[in-house]
Amino acid sequence: MSPAINFELRRRTFIAGTAVAAVTVGMSRKAAAQTAAPVGAESTTVFLTVNGEGRELTVDNRTTLLDALREHLQLTGTKKGCDHGQCGACTCTVNGTRVNSCLSLAVMHDGDEVETIEGIGAPDAMDPMQTAFVENDGFQCGYCTPGQIQSARAVLDEIRAGIPSHVTDDLTAEITITDAEIRERMSGNICRCGAYANILAAITQVAEDQA
Amino acid sequence: MQFNEPAGETLFDNAKIVGKAHTRIDGPLKVTGQAPYAYERYDVVEGQLYGYPLGATISHGTVTAMDTAAALAAPGVRTIVTTLDVEPLALGMLNVARLFGGADVMHYHQAIAVVIAETFEQARAAASLIEVSYEQGDPADYDLDAAFERLQGSGEPDTLYGDVDAAFRDAAAVTDQMYHTPGESHQMMEPFASIVDWSDGGQLTGWISNQMINWTRGSLATTLGIDKERIRIESPYVGGGFGGKLWLRADTVLAALGSRAVGAPVKVALPRPMMMNNTTHRSATVQRIRLAANADGTLKGIWHENVSYGLPGGRGENATAQTPYFYASETMRVKNHMAEMPLPETADMRAPGEAAGLMALEIAMDEMAEALEMDPVRFRIVNDSQVNPSNPDQPYSDRNFVQCLERGAEAFGWDASRPAPGSRRDGDWLIGQGVAGAFRGALVQPSGARAAIENGKLVIETDMTDIGTGSYTILAQTAAETMGLGMEDVDVRLGNSAYPVSSGSGGQFGAVSSTSGVYAACMALRERIASDLGLDAPAFARGRILAGDVDRPLLDMTVEAVESIEWGDFMKQYQKATFGAHFVEVGVNAYTGETRVRRMLACCDAGRILNPVTARSQVIGGMVMGVGAALSEEMALDTGRGMFVNHDLAGYEVAVHADIPEQEVIFLDTLDPIASPLKAKGVGELGLCGVAAAIANAMYNATGIRLRSYPLTLDKMLDQLSDV
Repeated sequence: MSPAINFELRRRTFIAGTAVAAVTVGMSRKAAAQTAAPVGAESTTVFLTVNGEGRELTVDNRTTLLDALREHLQLTGTKKGCDHGQCGACTCTVNGTRVNSCLSLAVMHDGDEVETIEGIGAPDAMDPMQTAFVENDGFQCGYCTPGQIQSARAVLDEIRAGIPSHVTDDLTAEITITDAEIRERMSGNICRCGAYANILAAITQVAEDQA
Repeated sequence: MQFNEPAGETLFDNAKIVGKAHTRIDGPLKVTGQAPYAYERYDVVEGQLYGYPLGATISHGTVTAMDTAAALAAPGVRTIVTTLDVEPLALGMLNVARLFGGADVMHYHQAIAVVIAETFEQARAAASLIEVSYEQGDPADYDLDAAFERLQGSGEPDTLYGDVDAAFRDAAAVTDQMYHTPGESHQMMEPFASIVDWSDGGQLTGWISNQMINWTRGSLATTLGIDKERIRIESPYVGGGFGGKLWLRADTVLAALGSRAVGAPVKVALPRPMMMNNTTHRSATVQRIRLAANADGTLKGIWHENVSYGLPGGRGENATAQTPYFYASETMRVKNHMAEMPLPETADMRAPGEAAGLMALEIAMDEMAEALEMDPVRFRIVNDSQVNPSNPDQPYSDRNFVQCLERGAEAFGWDASRPAPGSRRDGDWLIGQGVAGAFRGALVQPSGARAAIENGKLVIETDMTDIGTGSYTILAQTAAETMGLGMEDVDVRLGNSAYPVSSGSGGQFGAVSSTSGVYAACMALRERIASDLGLDAPAFARGRILAGDVDRPLLDMTVEAVESIEWGDFMKQYQKATFGAHFVEVGVNAYTGETRVRRMLACCDAGRILNPVTARSQVIGGMVMGVGAALSEEMALDTGRGMFVNHDLAGYEVAVHADIPEQEVIFLDTLDPIASPLKAKGVGELGLCGVAAAIANAMYNATGIRLRSYPLTLDKMLDQLSDV
């Protein structure tokens, strides 16, 4: 049997490194205070209503809403695709509006109502949009899917609320739910598997059922 | 089970479940956010710490020093493992660049440290405090055009038959052009991510995002220098791969080393901006394609030469992959070159070889059709071959390329009279139509599975992965069909190295190989049941075992079988591939040069279609990737720093909803008895092959401007548009 990795590590530097680490754990606060003292508290307690349930959370001020959901509340249905607001996988709803939760710090949401994919439906009790995605095969790998579904639901609401988009021709008329409107408004949610045509079919099915 | 002769009449020829539309059985978990991906496994081990990677900021050279004092003193940091702490780790299967260890840097963003901290924010902040000193290597030459000029004509041709020079001298028409395809990045939506528990240095367990469980388990053993039996890997849900997750990558290695160093499980995800340069990509290519044709349209000569780049010992992108096999030609000369460059590793991306090769070859075919004043659909039909053109003694197992072209043309409403370029207009938009052929080999791999009746369910276990391809669903269909059960009776468990080794997901071989493996396991289970019950060839139908007077429920039993499919040598007598024809209509704005794809149609020949729902999704997904490849995707190389600068999803532009029009897919649903017991072939890569060229040809038809350098952006034609 081949030797374990610790025999291949450059022992002197490695052991020295871990020894330092062991010591610094205890004094890390002090060390940090000496090098880069934060202006205020490093963490904040916020109160969120997540999927209808009140949650008090103490988070590092740098924690995004996305990581608060995924890493603190273990609600991993909301996905981290890029962490830079470029892909839409982290889309969830805050106070009824869709947001890229990776571009928003958790501390900014004290008192807010957050809805994630877990709050929309469960495998044995799916929301109509979730059912439509399954029926129309509106996904493949499934990683962008919760964000697509969150955006899809919001897009229909936004059109009905009369919020115009880049492809809305007449800003004074009632906006109709067209393929072009849906495609334009869904374009912040990337699907690298390329399920766009099926996602459009799913959204159209829900729109027609609700009409 | 040995597959030693063409499949005869099988139970799949009268199938009730296989070949029928069925929605994904993993669908409800995915649409509700309940399917657990690699970074999300709170259910498997307590006390996970966060690892954050640091990438090198030189293209090549050495790390001379790393000062980790400030980082180690930062809040929450538990330890740091730097590349200088670790001997150079051995290379895993088909890894060319070292993933970690030692001072040498082979490419930009090569992993050089991992910070382990209590929270993600602490690890990320501390990583930015590490001071690294480098010695940059000598300036490198990144000029692929110059490399082509240097290498052109050198070396023994990979394929050479007939008198090519004479063919080109005596031809009625000759075309000779240069084509460029850019570097392309997989950019699957789920980043590379791993949780590894190697706390005590004994057993190592990894929850990772990977296409090939057994390859990666072996590579991890090699890389860490430990016995493979000490490693267990799980990858039940994979958020896309496209070839990028075929291999062991740095996230898994860093999580393992971090876990070993800190004595706790560690999770590491590659930040999106690190993915492009840290992991693999499809190399750019420079291709010269010369075609010679007779007046009747038959090809007299094909001369294809390609160069791509790679690290020493790497593979680059063989854009000539399809050329010896696709079209009949009296003579042929094909040569693939690779130029060594200190760039991030080049390896397989969806349809490696064919994807980039057909982007060029299928424009060349369009150009020759035009030179001959022939309909490009007709021109391709004339040059169909039912045998391997470069080895005529080898017939195709089943090839229906002509039907793809004919049925596709009819369904699309193809105008064979070919209106002159620039002659059709819709307001400000110039309208054009284009066609391209699609070709992708039909590979198979050995594949095993365990089939068992347990607790009232048929349980299927295999280390096969579902990367969005539909494996869960088609394996359940195969098992249900073979055992005479319903879909609801089957429990499919995938992506675990504790299960029998499968083909894994890659090379378009996953569906055909793994369904054959599950079929083999189920047939072994049927034999086992017959033997246990002392029955002679019982029937399995409607959930019951039937033989003479015997009529008993199948799911009451407790019985198992493990079996795999092994592929016989007889298959080598045949050339096996999948075929397709892509038809595209575009609009090009006459004033701005903006190109919009208006509609797309693919007609595919890939044997039995196991599930038309998931197969169609594979094809439309390939077509979407083809739109990106045609119009926007390009890895932008900084030739001064030797790195790709647009390394995120804002800079690397993949197709989005607004880019994708109506898509239609037609499956010929042929049967290929030489391909597999199910008479099926893969289809996951075929959908991408040729799409970009069909768009390029449609743009030419719209404008009369021939672009040969992808992506086909407006800046490349704006100066010529004013004449249109």
